Amino acid sequence: MTTTQQLNELINREYQHGFYTQLEADTIPLGLNESTIRLISAKKNEPAFMLEWRLKAYQHWLTLSEPRWSNLDWSPIDYQNAYYYSAPKSEKNGPRDLSEIDPELLRTYEKLGIPLKEQKMLAGVAVDAVFDSVSVATTFKQNLSTLGIIFCPFSEAVQKYPDLVKQYLGSVVPYTDNFFASLNAAVFSDGSFCYIPPGVHCPMELSTYFRINAKNTGQFERTLIIADKDAYVSYLEGCTAPMRDEHQLHAAVVELIALEGARIKYATVQNWYPGDKEGKGGIYNFVTKRGDCRGEKSHISWTQVETGSAITWKYPSVILRGNGSVGEFYSVALSNNHQQADTGTKMIHIGRDTKSTVLSKGISAGYGQNTYRGLIKVLSDAENARNYTQCDSLLLGEHCGAHTFPYIEVKNPSAKVEHEASTSRIGEEQLFYCTQRGISPENAVSMIVSGFCKAVFQELPMEFAVEAQKLLGVSLEGSTG
Amino acid sequence: MLSIKNLHVCIDGKEILRGINLDVKAGEVHAIMGPNASGKSTLAQLLAGREIYKVTAGSVHYLGRDLLAMSPERRACEGVFLAFQYPVEIPGVSNALFLKTALNAIRKYHRLPELDAMDFLKLVRERMNRVGMDEALLLRAVNEGFSGGEKKRNEILQLNILQPKLAILDETDSGLDIDALKLVADCVNDMRGPDRAIILVTHYQRLLDYIVPDAVHVLSQGCILKSGGADLAKDLERHGYNWLETGDLIKQIA
Repeated sequence: MTTTQQLNELINREYQHGFYTQLEADTIPLGLNESTIRLISAKKNEPAFMLEWRLKAYQHWLTLSEPRWSNLDWSPIDYQNAYYYSAPKSEKNGPRDLSEIDPELLRTYEKLGIPLKEQKMLAGVAVDAVFDSVSVATTFKQNLSTLGIIFCPFSEAVQKYPDLVKQYLGSVVPYTDNFFASLNAAVFSDGSFCYIPPGVHCPMELSTYFRINAKNTGQFERTLIIADKDAYVSYLEGCTAPMRDEHQLHAAVVELIALEGARIKYATVQNWYPGDKEGKGGIYNFVTKRGDCRGEKSHISWTQVETGSAITWKYPSVILRGNGSVGEFYSVALSNNHQQADTGTKMIHIGRDTKSTVLSKGISAGYGQNTYRGLIKVLSDAENARNYTQCDSLLLGEHCGAHTFPYIEVKNPSAKVEHEASTSRIGEEQLFYCTQRGISPENAVSMIVSGFCKAVFQELPMEFAVEAQKLLGVSLEGSTG
Repeated sequence: MLSIKNLHVCIDGKEILRGINLDVKAGEVHAIMGPNASGKSTLAQLLAGREIYKVTAGSVHYLGRDLLAMSPERRACEGVFLAFQYPVEIPGVSNALFLKTALNAIRKYHRLPELDAMDFLKLVRERMNRVGMDEALLLRAVNEGFSGGEKKRNEILQLNILQPKLAILDETDSGLDIDALKLVADCVNDMRGPDRAIILVTHYQRLLDYIVPDAVHVLSQGCILKSGGADLAKDLERHGYNWLETGDLIKQIA
């Protein structure tokens, strides 16, 4: 068998998380209207301010249309032909500990390799898992609470800490922000909430796993993380979904708030179902993620490894409001087969002496199209703002594409903004060099790609870096130059 | 060890090798010489498994088996090694990782335990010293930013560590200064042994002053024009390749 044939076989390897869990689900009627929103809010037993906020968002959403400015092509989404709430039935009275969780659900998480069970807690990762629309378990809650750290499902935060929610919800991504953020604000059913009190260094990685299980269900989760003065937290989010022929919508919102001297590291390993080889099915991933460096010398970094989804529309951004604040964006985005990714970041420099770094690595294989879109904006008061952007693309094969759209707007003459870009191709020569040394084509490709992504993987927490490397291996091995 | 019979090879419809016959026994060193574009590198790369070439006729047997049916990595594991004329760069992959991956892939193929990082480092340090390579190059990305000489030494280092049965050196001497050339020749001479065959592809006689071959073959326009002993290389050096080609022409006309 030739190298090319082997590689083609590898590239066509199937999605590993495509199983579906048979669970009794509590689903509300199909479609979206005001009563859907009232029903979701009622199911969550929400206070009046939440319902009011949701309804305002819904009214605003009705005035918007899908954004079509990106380098993406997707078939129209029928928002009336989706379920906006689906929960495993056993959730009804709320699980108090792991033993109350449907064992079938636990098995699902086991398959996903999520350390939910007690013996796995030694791994040192506190996990909140969102299954379809609800958050099913949060581990380590006790340990964290002794430090004053709040880490719980969003729906619980609304009940227990309404003042915090009221103060910060929508303060970074308002419900008017964009089409998908408005939709999320109207119908989001759960997510994670995290608050780190002043001066506290969160001793473990906090983590959320998202899984879309039910058919025709959109997932709209919302994550809100607040690091108070001089606090520190590192957060990881992972995502998977079953294989389905039809597209499913995922429209999440993440808001990060870093007060004076605080630091938030947010990492995502996104592996939603990407669709089959012909581009049938797969998740439409329209996500709004934004961090606000609200206080002086605060620091927010986004690290993302995007390997899944049919469509990725995602621009984790940082508003550098506080003087001396720092924003970072490290990204590996892979598009294989017929996947399309339009991703990048926005760094908005408002405060003095603000610094941002952008490192983007795009990999295209098969018929994949990969776009980097980034905005560096320096406002007039942002004295001595600095940005460094590096944007590299790697092509595997003949039919894929890489595109780069850097936007730079500078209104202060003291700013220094640098942009570097490169495009390369894994060549037949590189592969031959490796195979001639006894290395299999699959290992050769993953070695070359890992080398390409090294600078980003270094930003991931250790164990997840290993995970990400494996994931990349599975998702992309193959395809020759 | 290696038996090539009536080998015809094309690339993009153009015939590069036109009926090569060559036998190389274990323990022997063969030099393949010839002018530019005579097909030397094609032959070297074809033996190593490069897939851009198409074999239109003939056969190649290695240790009694059909070499052409094996994938490049299989050939490497079975002991065929090519020192590249133009080694490629692999950004972000350290030289150490690359070498360790290669060595362990081959060890695994032979059901030998894989070397751990410590044992590997010990081995590689010792060999680097032998090849005269700076240890700092271990942590650098494969061939990235290496000078021409460093790249060639890196190939010899790999040869030394992987210990193949059939080593093919494609113009390893070009671009080396005389000291480096001697060092490389020493390393290659060290590797001569009853179980190993070495094929030196070279343009110049110079290398053969330090590595004395058992046989010399002159390749021109895809054919072996003449084969002989070490002296043949000296004659070539004196008279140039035209000497042979003209002789051949006269023979054909006569």
